[in-house]
Order: sequence, then C-alpha cells, then structure tokens
Amino acid sequence: MSAVFWILAALTVLGGLAAVTLKNTVHCALAVTVAFAGLALLYLQLDAQFAGFAQILVYIGAVAILVVFAILLTRGSETPKQGIFSRSWFTGMTIAAGVFAVLGWAVIQSSQVLPDETVAPSVTVNQIGNALLGRYVLPLEIVALLLTAALVGAVIVAMHEKGESK
Amino acid sequence: MLGEGILKGLAETAKNFAGSFVSKERLTTVEYPEERIAPVEAARVFPFLIYDGSDWEKGMRCVACQICEKECPPKCIYIEKSKDKKPDFVGKPQIYPAKFDIDISVCMSCQICVEVCPFEAIKMDNEFELATDDRFGGLLLDRKQLAKPNEYYHKIHPTEAAAVDAKLAEEKAKAEAKAKADAAAKAKTAADAAAKAASAPKTPEGGTGTPTSEATKPPEPAAKSTPKTEGGD
Amino acid sequence: MVGTLDQIFVLLKHWIVGLLPPVLQPVVGVLLSVVAIIATFPALFALTTVIERKGLGRIQNRIGPNRTGPLGILQPVADGIKSLTKEDIVPLNADAAVHFLAPLVLVVAVFLEFAVLPMGRNMVLVDMDAGLLFFFAIGASTELSIFMAGWSSRNKYSLLGAMRAVAQMISYEVPLLISSVAVVMITGSLSLVKIVDAQNQYTWGLPHWYIFTPWGCAAFVMYAVAATAETNRSPFDLPEGESELVAGYFTEYSGFKFALFFLGEYLGMFAISGLGTALFLGGWSAPFSFLQFVPSWIWFFGKVMLSICVMIWVRGTLPRMRQDQLMNFAWKFVIPFTLLNLVNVVVWRFMGEGWARWIVCSAIVVVAYVAMARIGMRSKKIAPRSYRYAE
Repeated sequence: MSAVFWILAALTVLGGLAAVTLKNTVHCALAVTVAFAGLALLYLQLDAQFAGFAQILVYIGAVAILVVFAILLTRGSETPKQGIFSRSWFTGMTIAAGVFAVLGWAVIQSSQVLPDETVAPSVTVNQIGNALLGRYVLPLEIVALLLTAALVGAVIVAMHEKGESK
Repeated sequence: MLGEGILKGLAETAKNFAGSFVSKERLTTVEYPEERIAPVEAARVFPFLIYDGSDWEKGMRCVACQICEKECPPKCIYIEKSKDKKPDFVGKPQIYPAKFDIDISVCMSCQICVEVCPFEAIKMDNEFELATDDRFGGLLLDRKQLAKPNEYYHKIHPTEAAAVDAKLAEEKAKAEAKAKADAAAKAKTAADAAAKAASAPKTPEGGTGTPTSEATKPPEPAAKSTPKTEGGD
Repeated sequence: MVGTLDQIFVLLKHWIVGLLPPVLQPVVGVLLSVVAIIATFPALFALTTVIERKGLGRIQNRIGPNRTGPLGILQPVADGIKSLTKEDIVPLNADAAVHFLAPLVLVVAVFLEFAVLPMGRNMVLVDMDAGLLFFFAIGASTELSIFMAGWSSRNKYSLLGAMRAVAQMISYEVPLLISSVAVVMITGSLSLVKIVDAQNQYTWGLPHWYIFTPWGCAAFVMYAVAATAETNRSPFDLPEGESELVAGYFTEYSGFKFALFFLGEYLGMFAISGLGTALFLGGWSAPFSFLQFVPSWIWFFGKVMLSICVMIWVRGTLPRMRQDQLMNFAWKFVIPFTLLNLVNVVVWRFMGEGWARWIVCSAIVVVAYVAMARIGMRSKKIAPRSYRYAE
C-alpha cells in the first residue's frame, strides 16, 4: 500500500467519476481513457509487464478510439439538454452500491486467506505464451473464432447497409 | 505493378539531387536580387517618352497630338497641351505637352499607344522594379520621369530602335528632298517670272541668259531625284 | 573491443552519479539519461528540418533555405523564434481543455517511446522484458491525441482529417506489428536489447542483421511502408495534405502548439526509424567486423539518419495516395504479405542451417509478391484507356 498505489488508485477512481458526471460525451470518453491508463499503471506497479502494456495497447489504443468513433458517428457530440441524472437515479445508485459491497467483501475475504507481503510471481512473456498455447489453447481458439465471427458480422452488416441505401 | 516504377522514380530524383550540385540544368534557381536574368529583347512593361539629343525638354518627340490618350483602353494617359511653342531638336517651333502623366497602376501594357503614335514618340520600357510605398502619387509618372533618351531605347530594344531610326531618317530625307524640290520649283517659277519680267522690257543682259540656263538645270536633277525617292519607297 | 570512446557517455554518467550520496544516486542516474534524450532528439529534429528542406529543394531543382546562416543552418532557430512569438489563437467554439491537451499528449507519448531504444552498447534507458510491446502500446496512444486535436477544433475539415488519420494509423499498425513479430519469433524475446545482441555476430566479416535474410528483407520493406504510414509521411500524408485540408487535424493550431505537433511528428519519425534500425538493421552493430572500432552510438544514429534521408527521398519522389487507395493497399496487399512472411519465418526456423533454406525462403517471398501483385492488377481491370467524346 505504497504512496504510488494511492496516487494511481485516486487517478483511476477520479477518471471513472468524471466519466459518469461530465456533460459532454466525448469528455466522458476521454475520462474513461484516463481510467484505463490508471488501470494499466496499476498492473505495471504489480510487475505484470505484459498485462499492463497489453492494457494500454488494446484499451487505450483500440477500445477508446472505438468508443470515441461510436460517439461521433451517432450524434452524441452535442451537449445534452437534460441533466446528467436520469429519472431512476436512486435505483441505479442502490444497485451500484450493492455490487460494490459484494465485490469489496469478496476482496477482503480473499486477502485474509493470502499472506500479506507475498512477492508477486514474475511472469515473463515466454511463460504467458507457453500457457496460452499449452494449457489454455482451447479458450484461445474459441476466442479467436469469436473475434472472427464478430469481424465477419460487422462487415456483413456494413455491406448490407450500403446495399440497402443504394 | 511490381513496383519498378517507384524505383525508377527514386532513381530520377536521386539524379536530380546529385546533378543539382554539378550542372546548371538541374539547378535552375536564380538568386534574385543578387543575380538577375537578362530580359528578353521583346520584353515590355510600361511606356516611356523618347527625346533626341541631350535636353529632355527640347528634344522630346511628343507633339501632344493626344492620339495615344484617346486610344488608350483603360485611359491611363493624361495630356495637357502647351499654350506656346518651343523649338525642338532641329530648331522648329513645336507644340509640346505641358503635362504628360501615365498612371502605371492602371496601365495594362497593351502597347496600343506605341502602335498609334505617328511620331515614334512613345515606346515601351522594360523596367519593372517600380514598387513604391506612396500608393497614389508614387504610381503616377509625370513627363520628367517618363522622358528617356534615344540611346536608352537603343540599349533596351536594339533592333526596334534601329528600325525606328532608319524610318525616321528616311522620312527626314524624303522631307528634305521634297523641300528641295519645292525650293527648286519655287526658284524655277521665280526665275520664269523674272525671265518674263526681263523679256518684257526687252533689256537683254548676258547675265539673264545664264540665270535661265541655270534655272533649267536644277529642275532636271529635282525631276530625276523625285522618281528616285518614289522608286525607293 | 569495448573502447573508451564507445562507452564515453556511460562512463560520464557513472562518474557524475558517483559524485553524489547514495540516496540520490538512482534518481539522478535516471534523470541524467532522460535529460540526455530530451536534449539530443530535439537537436536532431532541428537538424532534420534543415536537411529535409534543403534536400527536397535540391530534388526539386531549387536551393532550399540559404539566407539564415551559412547554408541555412540557422533556419530552425528562425522557425523556433517565429513559433514562440506567434499569437496563440484558440477558436471561440473550440473545446479549450482538449485543445490544450492534445499536443501535450502527443509529445509525451512520443518521448516515452525513446525509453526502450538501445542507442549504443549498454546505452538503453530502461531494459524492459517487453520493450517492443511497450513501444507499440505507446505508439497506439498517439492516435488518441490526433483524434483529440481534430475534434476539439470544432471544424468539420479538421475532424475529417483526424478521422482519416486515425483510420490510416489503425490500418497500418497491424502490418507494423506483424513484421516485428517475425523478428521476435526468430530471436525469442521481446526485449530490444536482446534483439540487437542477437544481430551483433559476424560470419566471414558480414553481420547477422535480419535484413540480410529473405524473410527479414520482406519484413523490413513492409515495416518501412507501415512506418511511413504511421507517421503520416508522404506518400501517406493525406490527413495533413497541404492542398486538401489546409493542415488537416492541426488547422486550428498556431504558434507554439503547432510547433509541438511538428516536433511530435518528427520525433515519431525518429522513434520508428530507431525501432526499425534495432529490429532489422542491427541497432548499434557495425556493418563489417573490421569496423567495430567505430563507437556503437555513431552507428545507431548514422543508421537512423540514413532512414530519415530515405524517408525524405521518398517524400520528394512519390505523389500522395488517395484514402481508398491507402486502405486498399493496407488491407489487401500489405497484411496478407506480412502474414505469409510469418509462415516464411517458420519455414526458415525449422529447416535448419544451410543454403537450402535461403533458396526456399527467397522463393516463397518472390512468388508471393509477384502473385499478389498480379492478382491486384487483374482485379483493377487495367486496360488501355477508351475515350468517349461529347456529341
């Protein structure tokens, strides 16, 4: 629980808070990107190099851009006229608090099982590669198939729209 | 489609790069204003007035006939005739332009004024570095700024100037010959009148016979010279 | 043959750090290296702007800048003074916060990329296990700053330029990564220091650079194409095309922010050239074994400047590609070719040492290239032009 951890945690939480409270949608997307960056730095602080850099590469380099493009292309860049709180905000807050309580209880319970100051195992890219292609090859192939299906589906949907618009 | 076009293009630019250090053909830049390109002979910018001799007021060929002012399409020439006459280059009293202004912000270098001038008085200059920061007065050239000597005209347009000089000399010779013929004809009629006057009172003098024989002589060379000049035209 | 001149910067740093108490030593050590990088690369950027303008001028039959200082050497000083003293105009409707942050994000991301490049023997800022992945991760963040710049200007044309730029950068990131993966497969490590060390061996005086292998040559060509597209250089500079979109996504920037964008773009060029040098051209290793007395950092910077000069040469030669031509080229030619190259690498690795694998791998590369080129040409139906006149 060093100072670095608190700073990074504050950054991530602030990013998340900004993402739900800002009025301008693109600002929200950029705040969520800050939250992603905070997460990546937390991974790096735990010496998980591959996970941290993959988080930056995938989330900031691809997902954030995707979110921003989606906002842009669907008229979301205009500032909303109504307030940021929807009508059923109380229900939403209760459910979020409940989920947070469950997750917090799970984390605290698990930290009582593990000893306090374990040194994190240093996982090299080599080991990750070996695990992915050795023990976890079936999930890898299924994920690849899923991604291919998504890609082909996206292309078909886009082409269909073009065909219909003609 | 195998990409050899790209390689050929790269070779060409490499040749340009290397060649620009050695050959003038591959580096055609002229570093103005330290170096200048010599203007072509037929280059023209704005008009100027020619004067013969060394005095620009006396030698100016312009006689303020105002033909160029009327023919100028954007009407950029402003002429005011003088009230008196001044002797010109050859000493003959001439009307001269008291004011001759050309507005070079309007002039479009069409050369019509040059084409219609009957006196070869206005020609095209090729000086273009006329920028000034006086927006209205600085671009209105008066006759002192416009007057340039015939030697200058020879320098900038040698072939044109030679042709103009030849034409002027020819006209001058024609005029002189005509004047001589007129003078001879006048002398002949004067001699005839004198002969009639002499033959009427019947006072023959040997001297009068010779004047008549002398009077008959000049008309013949004059008669001979006029067909010559007419054949020369 | 580790001479003193070779290690002069390392020795200098050790000496300075040795003068300080042990508490401060790690921080000052890192700070010194960071300061060295921040000082060197912008100086190289200044030199490159002059070289580019004069080089392009000579290619185009004219002299480049020659009034500021002898041979125009002080031109970047003049440019710096100009951009510092220009009025900083922010459009009224622009998003002020994002408009301000976009050039900062770009410059920070690009400076971070230099942290993993090995610039000489023992001269890398951070020797990370996943150094290559770090480089590409940070490179992906630059796209975000371009989008921020285009969107915050509230200008339709800037936004258009930004979208085009992001689409282009995303499309060309895939071949960039896959051609680098070919090198990683052979070396067995993502660390750039290990990749350069693997290329630092000599056989009969010739080095083991990866560009001298058939798969390495193909991968290098694809990497060069992808790198030129990633940094928005000609012929892929449609997003900042001067004749189409004024200045594309940085139209609304003036003064120092424009200079920061310019700096970021050129530093991105240096970083990607540095990575290409480390991956394919052997990083800091000398071309022949008898030339190893020349310091290693001279070889690294020499190779990077050579790559920059080739980029400038290509800029002066090729016309700009249209957006659809760009994207077609990326997805229909470059990506399939790089994927085939991966198979090529596997064949190379498992055929074992000898001359046989050279022939087989070269054959694969040549046949694949010609086949894809012919197929591409056929689908375009390139035929003699036919004319139809107005009645």
